[in-house]
Amino acid sequence: MSEQLPRTVLDSLNLGLHKALVDDPLAILLGEDLLDPYGGAFKVTRGLSSAFPDRVLTTPISEAGITGIAGGMALRGLHPVVEIMFGDFVTLISDQVINHIAKFNNMYNGAATAPVVIRTPMGGRRGYGPTHSQTLEKFFLGVPGLTVLAPFHLLDDDPLGAPGGLLYEAILTSDSPVLFVENKLQYLLKLLTPADLVEYELDTDRSSAFYTLRMKSAPAAMITLATYGYMAHLALEALHRLAYEYEIFCELLVPTRLAPFELQPLFDSVARTGRLLTVEEGTFSLGWGAEVLARTAEALGAGLRQARRLAAKEGVIPVARELEAACLPGVDDIIARVREMV
Amino acid sequence: MHTDMELFRRLYRIRRFETVLLDHFKSGIFPGTTHVSLGQEANAVGVLAHLQEGDVAVSNHRSHGHFLAYGGDPQALFAELMGRPSGVCGGVGGSQHLHWRNFYSSGVQGGTVAMAAGMALAEKRAGNGAIVVDFMGDGTLGEGIVYECLNMISLWQLPVLIVLEHNHIAQTTPAKLTIAGRVSQRFETFGIPTAELDSSDILEIFPLAGTLISQVRVESAPRALIIHTERLGAHSKGDDTRPPEELENLWQFRDPIAIQAARLPEAERARIVDEVDADIQRAFEAALGAKGRS
Ligand SMILES: Cc1ncc(C[n+]2csc(CCOP(=O)(O)OP(=O)(O)O)c2C)c(N)n1
Ligand SMILES: [Mg+2]
Repeated sequence: MSEQLPRTVLDSLNLGLHKALVDDPLAILLGEDLLDPYGGAFKVTRGLSSAFPDRVLTTPISEAGITGIAGGMALRGLHPVVEIMFGDFVTLISDQVINHIAKFNNMYNGAATAPVVIRTPMGGRRGYGPTHSQTLEKFFLGVPGLTVLAPFHLLDDDPLGAPGGLLYEAILTSDSPVLFVENKLQYLLKLLTPADLVEYELDTDRSSAFYTLRMKSAPAAMITLATYGYMAHLALEALHRLAYEYEIFCELLVPTRLAPFELQPLFDSVARTGRLLTVEEGTFSLGWGAEVLARTAEALGAGLRQARRLAAKEGVIPVARELEAACLPGVDDIIARVREMV
Repeated sequence: MHTDMELFRRLYRIRRFETVLLDHFKSGIFPGTTHVSLGQEANAVGVLAHLQEGDVAVSNHRSHGHFLAYGGDPQALFAELMGRPSGVCGGVGGSQHLHWRNFYSSGVQGGTVAMAAGMALAEKRAGNGAIVVDFMGDGTLGEGIVYECLNMISLWQLPVLIVLEHNHIAQTTPAKLTIAGRVSQRFETFGIPTAELDSSDILEIFPLAGTLISQVRVESAPRALIIHTERLGAHSKGDDTRPPEELENLWQFRDPIAIQAARLPEAERARIVDEVDADIQRAFEAALGAKGRS
């Protein structure tokens, strides 16, 4: 393994998988087109089949089958990691996840565990069109027994980088199944180093897996922005511009564990700011933001003075660049929405 | 030792369990629904008698016979069906979701084939010689995931015996309204050697299953066994739409308990019946008397 620190989210995830295969003899990867020299459609598994020829299994195009098989493997002691080539295809694995893997532990009264990790890239902005661009994890939030994770592009103090560290931990230590939500554009993001963050204050809450960012020595924040995954990158840019261009100061709350919901750092932030804007790349109705808002309202009552949600438009995601951009929330949309609110 | 008497005892034990269950169902002590294995007892006994320590059994919604033939405790199963804390899964899983030792069942058609395939992959990699037996019904041949898994089972040469209990009916729908082509081709087309048997006779099922299981074990490779069998009871509780003459005929010619009973001296048969009746009664009463949820 290289001694160098990972540079991008992609490097970090690849390192995390590599280290998991080194440290955990029970870990095994399954998915379509994983083998070198291709190394997976988005290259997250590049090099792994060469380093661990019998631990990386390339599979037929059978998403439900391989996910179900991973469930059986996990019941019998292995730690399978499944790659679903495009996040859109989680619909095909939903029965295996919801009715099988996530249930085994509870329905067998605690006598079995099924620690499957399912990784998949969600997200648009690459012109892949209606069936290869969606952000569908909202359908898996609130499934009893299922943990949903989404990495943040931070180097952190983990030699794997935060994304790889999160994935490594999920593979090695999680007893329950995990849906690990990656994002196609996030792969290419450079991990934020301390040098990148000189202007910011960063709090890390390990127990609830939240990061909080705000401008250093700025006036008190007037609004809490909450988002995750690739949108956290766009929201950070919005936070910076809002401060410099409009003197509007925000706190950005980035969870990396989306489910089960545990939002204390967010409640603490909203208790300070009184305002909450949630941002997500999935569609608007019944989304992540709806649940976050509901829980914040329940926790804070009148302490939540104002709340809005920003999300994708409810339609198909078009291929045409301008149409796709109009459909998905961007930096300007976040800025505009914040300015409406304060 | 699998003497005629012992095989009869095992068959009758399942029969008696299911009969007692059905007799008490109307009283309301069992929540929900249940699928009994009347008529299919010889499949469970004939196949699972060959399992060795470490082998895995995967079953479906019609799991009581499989569970008992695997060695499961009738008291724990009664308690599970009653929803008691002393049940196999503490009353959470119920009739269709059992797990004890290396026995697993689940109630979503088709998904159990994926479970079995994954388990066989795990056992193969562990290299301990264990095999997996997976029971499925003919109606379950309609599920797409079955074929994804048959392909991978063959591709990766997974040590699993798939037992298709072909009772020619799924709930109320006869197989001829849902299944095209020859059923054996569903397995053979993926390169899984397949044996087919039309019988409710334990003395035919038992040796064939034994041969196939030892092939799976020795070759670490899959096999399929299609047993043409007959469901003598309703699908679950009262949902049997078949004409009574048809059922009478089946009871007369395809009852595995009667077939095996005919081979025993009357006194032996009666003794086993009395012993099993008493055992199952004790199991039922003990389950009923066990502490409930207050
Ligand atoms: C995915 C799914 N669809 C429908 C059902 C409802 N259901 C339970 S058993 C059954 C019939 C199954 O027939 P078969 O596989 O032939 O097994 P048998 O009952 O004959 O033993 C049906 C439709 C189910 N449990 N799972
Ligand atoms: Mg059937």
